[in-house]
Amino acid sequence: MAAHLSSGRVNLTALREAGRRELREFLDKCAGSKEHEVEKMFTLKPGRLPQADVKNIIFFVRPKLELMDIITDNVLREDRGRSPQRDFHILFVPRRSLLCEQWLKEQGVLGSFIHREQYSLDLIPFDGDLLSMESESAFKECYLESDQTSLYHAAKGLMTLQALYGTIPQIFGKGECARHVANMMIRMKREFPGSQNSIFPVFDTLLLLDRNVDLLTPLATQLTYEGLIDEIYGIQNTYVKLPPEKFAPKKQGEGGKDLPTEPKKLQLNSAEELYAEIRDKNFNAVGSVLSKKAKIISAAFEERHHAKTVGEIKQFVSQLPHMQAARSSLANHTSIAELIKDITTSEDFFDNLTVEQEFMSGIDTDKVNNYIEDCIAQKHPLIKILRLVCLQSVCNSGLKQKVLDHYKREILQTYGYEHVLTLNNLEKAGLLKPQTSGRNNYPTIRKTLRLWMDDVNEQNPNDISYVYSGYAPLSVRLAQLLARPGWRSIEEVLKMLPGPHFEERQQLPTGLQKKRQHGENRVTLVFFLGGVTYAEIAALRFLSQMEDGGTEYVIATTKLINGTSWIKSLMEKLEPAPF
Amino acid sequence: MSRARADEEEYWHSSKFRAFTFDDEDDELSQLKESKRAVNSLRDIVDDDDDDLERVSWSGEPVGSISWSIKETASSSTSSLESRDSSLQKGSSSYAAFPKQVSSYSLSSLFKGRNRLPSFQSLSDALSDTGVKNYAPELRRPKAEYKDYSSDWSPKDTVRRMQRGKICSLERFRSLQDKLVLLDEAVAGHDGNVITAVLIFLKRTLRREILFRELEVRQVALCHLIHFLKETGEQKLLLDLLRFLDRTEEVALSQYREHLNIQDVEKRREFLKGCIGLPFSAEDTSHIQDHYTLLERQIIIEANDRHLEMAGQSEIFRKYPRKASILNMPLVTTLFYSCFYHYTEAEGTFSSPTNLKKTFKIPDKQYVLTALAARAKLRAWDDVDALFTTKNWLGYTKKKAPIGFHRVVEILQRNNAPVQVLQEYVRLVEDVETRLNLATKYKCHDVVIETYRDLKDRIQLTAYKCKVERGSAEEEKINSVLNNTQIRWKN
Repeated sequence: MAAHLSSGRVNLTALREAGRRELREFLDKCAGSKEHEVEKMFTLKPGRLPQADVKNIIFFVRPKLELMDIITDNVLREDRGRSPQRDFHILFVPRRSLLCEQWLKEQGVLGSFIHREQYSLDLIPFDGDLLSMESESAFKECYLESDQTSLYHAAKGLMTLQALYGTIPQIFGKGECARHVANMMIRMKREFPGSQNSIFPVFDTLLLLDRNVDLLTPLATQLTYEGLIDEIYGIQNTYVKLPPEKFAPKKQGEGGKDLPTEPKKLQLNSAEELYAEIRDKNFNAVGSVLSKKAKIISAAFEERHHAKTVGEIKQFVSQLPHMQAARSSLANHTSIAELIKDITTSEDFFDNLTVEQEFMSGIDTDKVNNYIEDCIAQKHPLIKILRLVCLQSVCNSGLKQKVLDHYKREILQTYGYEHVLTLNNLEKAGLLKPQTSGRNNYPTIRKTLRLWMDDVNEQNPNDISYVYSGYAPLSVRLAQLLARPGWRSIEEVLKMLPGPHFEERQQLPTGLQKKRQHGENRVTLVFFLGGVTYAEIAALRFLSQMEDGGTEYVIATTKLINGTSWIKSLMEKLEPAPF
Repeated sequence: MSRARADEEEYWHSSKFRAFTFDDEDDELSQLKESKRAVNSLRDIVDDDDDDLERVSWSGEPVGSISWSIKETASSSTSSLESRDSSLQKGSSSYAAFPKQVSSYSLSSLFKGRNRLPSFQSLSDALSDTGVKNYAPELRRPKAEYKDYSSDWSPKDTVRRMQRGKICSLERFRSLQDKLVLLDEAVAGHDGNVITAVLIFLKRTLRREILFRELEVRQVALCHLIHFLKETGEQKLLLDLLRFLDRTEEVALSQYREHLNIQDVEKRREFLKGCIGLPFSAEDTSHIQDHYTLLERQIIIEANDRHLEMAGQSEIFRKYPRKASILNMPLVTTLFYSCFYHYTEAEGTFSSPTNLKKTFKIPDKQYVLTALAARAKLRAWDDVDALFTTKNWLGYTKKKAPIGFHRVVEILQRNNAPVQVLQEYVRLVEDVETRLNLATKYKCHDVVIETYRDLKDRIQLTAYKCKVERGSAEEEKINSVLNNTQIRWKN
């Protein structure tokens, strides 16, 4: 069921089990028995609750005011006359919120809940090497609203991890938020002596990175297979919904009719052998793998002609389920690759990418860009425009005032003046700003960290820059340089990037200190505060797999993001809430 | 400094942290350095601890997190708090016995800003509030929590308990000094939930000027209050606060944001008018002014056009009924609309394109693009032609396009312009390669032929022959060019 969680260097099933157990405890409390058969699960939406012959209804929610309004509506519409009456409970994830409870009280429904508790699910295991808090507003809260609650949760999540996997002896960090999280961890540890546990440490190093140290990377279009799936269709909690046309069952005789209209929903994680192999490849290298696989599978099916004896046939049949699974997996990914190829071969995709790459390699970042102007004139989606303009701004350490004003004016005239609010948010987050210092630091940063590589090998990569076909994600470069030769070598550049950089040690009892075997890899947990992209994950996995790398990475984040979802989270909500 | 030193001492003694031991096999010196560094890094955290007696109380669930794992590793530190927790789960026998007025639900009652009832009556409060018979939870306050009420938690413990989602009474913190200590303690804990709860308490119990003054020197708390006020829509207090802080631009933006909640256009227009004088940054000021002017314009146009459409007299509205109202649309959309329905109007009317262009200082490029798209959609090729025709003072006409003719061609093509129209503009594309590409792509044979002829490229022209229909006029033209002895072919 969850084999993919134990496939990595660190067995994350333990974390999952811990989470399950806590949930069961709550269910026990509500049901008052050891049986907790969940009858039905519903998505939270306003209106009357669906019919279900149950005793207990549990609201499983994030502590957000708009959700409280929906719950209020649900509770108020509940039929009082029905018998037996249904009991309501509320379980906040990951924290109970006094504000939310007060809100419920003001609506007059707080008293309707028998149990109000919290489910401290801070870090959710997504894959064998990937954990996410799935807190989409974390970046906005930290950098726009200076609300550090999500950092508090991050610190708590890290304490839980340490309780399960041992104290992490070394902590490195870069950025204000990273500094906060490290401080909180140290404080929590000090205030709770019991957290000094006797588990042999699994992680050697924790690297805390602020997203605003590297604002550039998420703005660029990801070019790995998984990254492109996310860019184009959006991966939600490891699931993706795809247009159904390409997935129509191809059976002779019934072509044409009964085309499915529901989107095709697929789960994407390393439990699927083929996906694990291709997810992190540059998209240009995926086609050849798929065709190779196709040959292997058809050869395997051909084997049946050679099976002569009963024994051989039996053996063939026993392999059939596995072969069929492999075949359907191959069919799915061939279809997805076709869908993506339609887009990546389009003229607009190419033009867009060209401009991105020009900016990232430092060409013409200081004047109004023709392509961006054209896109505005043709009313391309606003988020696309904002991504490009922000990218240009970041690659130029801010835009010249005249250029910035020009873009702003065009955007407001074409998309509506109310977006002045969004532009202000982007400015506050440092994504779009006037060049104040009169100095462009980006070229120095680019050169020192070797962020732009001209000779990129997409098929057999030798550097992380393959994930963006030339651009090496800054965040991952920092992780790479930390492992070897250490940050001391890039002291100057670190000072140009925002926020402090630091190192902390957490003492271990003598018995738990690691004696490294020769050739044994170190394990580093990289925590991206404010979000991480699939391409960055791919780059870290690439480093993990390097033969002489010496370090394996586990990745944690507040949220899996891409440029679009990220910019969206910073945009002002323009539609009033439905209530 | 000396206090910090004392803290250090106590830190090593009270915790299970090991500093370093001399029988370590590892390099002692580096160990020493490490511990030194760890201590130094701790100092700033230690520093903000005002009383040193509080160390032990962080028991139970250390981070309020997945409890069992902690329990497993820390079973030794099970405390009375934890056993209380389990008693909570066991029975409900004693619940009903609690007297009403001691309900400990004081935290929730302190949220009630405008509540005139004394907070002690939170139970009856809840009753009257809900009007729902299921008020069990208010009654079922577990013993220990109710006990909190009388026990004397320090600010630090109060904050810690709240961090674990426990209910605490804040009413005891009466003096300003106490309240501020509580707030600082909450801020030091970084838990926004708790900070907000304390802020709500302060907001209710402190005079506004004092609250503002104290928050001014507590930036983190201040950010939380601002966020909270935005979230709960307490616009007036928010604006007062921002004004107090002299954050005028934020005041302006925050006030402007309100217009999004106003559905009625007349009211929205009035509201925007009021925004014009607000202290925006220089460039935002002009945008807000434009926003107001645009909506004002749209209201006039909308009223007029709805009337025209209903009357059924105007041909354009009969032929192309409006799909949506123009209200609240962006400027460029409005310009398109006006180029579509009101193209020929004199500059004096509000709905004329030239008037819009002038009022909003729309750049030439933008204007031409929009007008072109609108007129092409109506297949008004003469208008398109006029758009690019300029006369010089001698009366000669000349074709000029501020956006480049290749863009013109693309827009026309998207609107299914016939080849005769299209090729006229393809011919005007200056760059030869682009011209050839476009001409080939859109089958403007004449342009291709003429271009190859001008390039004296016999090979390409010969090759192109197979792309035109046999026996067509184009083929004939190619042949006549190829046979022209006057041309000196380059190949």
